[in-house]
Amino acid sequence: MDDLLLDYLPILIFLGIAIAIAAIAVVGSMIVARQHPDGEKMSAYECGFDAFVDARNKFDVRFYLVAILFIIFDLEVAFLFPWAISLSNVGMLGFWSMMVFLGILTIGFVYEWRKGALEWE
Amino acid sequence: MIQALAFYMFAFMTIASAILVISSRNPVHSVLFLILAFFNAAGLFVLLGAEFLAMILVVVYVGAVAVLFMFVVMMLDINFVEMRQGFLQYLPIGGLVGLILASELLTLAGSWIISPDASRVGAAPIPDGVTNTHALGQVLYTDYLYLFEAAGMILLVAMIGAIVLTHRRRTGVRKQVIADQLARHPADTIELRKVDSGRGI
Repeated sequence: MDDLLLDYLPILIFLGIAIAIAAIAVVGSMIVARQHPDGEKMSAYECGFDAFVDARNKFDVRFYLVAILFIIFDLEVAFLFPWAISLSNVGMLGFWSMMVFLGILTIGFVYEWRKGALEWE
Repeated sequence: MIQALAFYMFAFMTIASAILVISSRNPVHSVLFLILAFFNAAGLFVLLGAEFLAMILVVVYVGAVAVLFMFVVMMLDINFVEMRQGFLQYLPIGGLVGLILASELLTLAGSWIISPDASRVGAAPIPDGVTNTHALGQVLYTDYLYLFEAAGMILLVAMIGAIVLTHRRRTGVRKQVIADQLARHPADTIELRKVDSGRGI
């Protein structure tokens, strides 16, 4: 148990260094740089427009479709990892159960291909 | 020592970013804090020894679900300033409901004791000497075969449902069909004519 956590110690150290560098960059620039905040500095420059709409506007729903199909295949791949490393222990039943699982998802894949859900138009 | 320190750091960061998720004004910032909460929860899973769950949390939740949340936040286009207008008006009744729920949760949590031999009487105890992912793989594809195939069916239903609900075939779109382009032969489209000088065709 502790061996396992010891394996992760370099990642923790790396995380600490990353946080420290990010904090130094932000806090250091706050301390060292001269700060003269002014409303004019934030306004549109010379011939630029003032912002007249919110940056958030409605997306096409097709982005959502692509994202949800990505999640489904992401989960499929997540199931493959334990199967791949324990394949020598689970035998033929384990092998064919994964093949059936992949077959079920291939039906869905063929369906979305034939429906044209993967095409952008 | 380091383990305890890491636990308190991850736990504090999870709770702090979870509070920021519900309290930040900009919903896009909320989603970013949610991603931070997912990362810290993954750290807590690693501390528990559940490596596989930690990696799946990062891959699936941070990589895919958070992106989907971002899409939903961008797509909804809700004016949150307008939504907050009735806040003070509904504060008493909302606070009352919250208090009742909190007291119920506290009574439940106060009287609940985790069974001391819970790790031993589980349906599939963790075997010694193998990694977390390996232990999962040994039971998931054989002992829990039906549940595994049911998960596949659920993913299939999700896939078909998403396509049925959101896919629209557009009319009047001129698409590039590469097969048609490649199948064109010069003889079909190009005609060579001998033109005498000074005269048209």
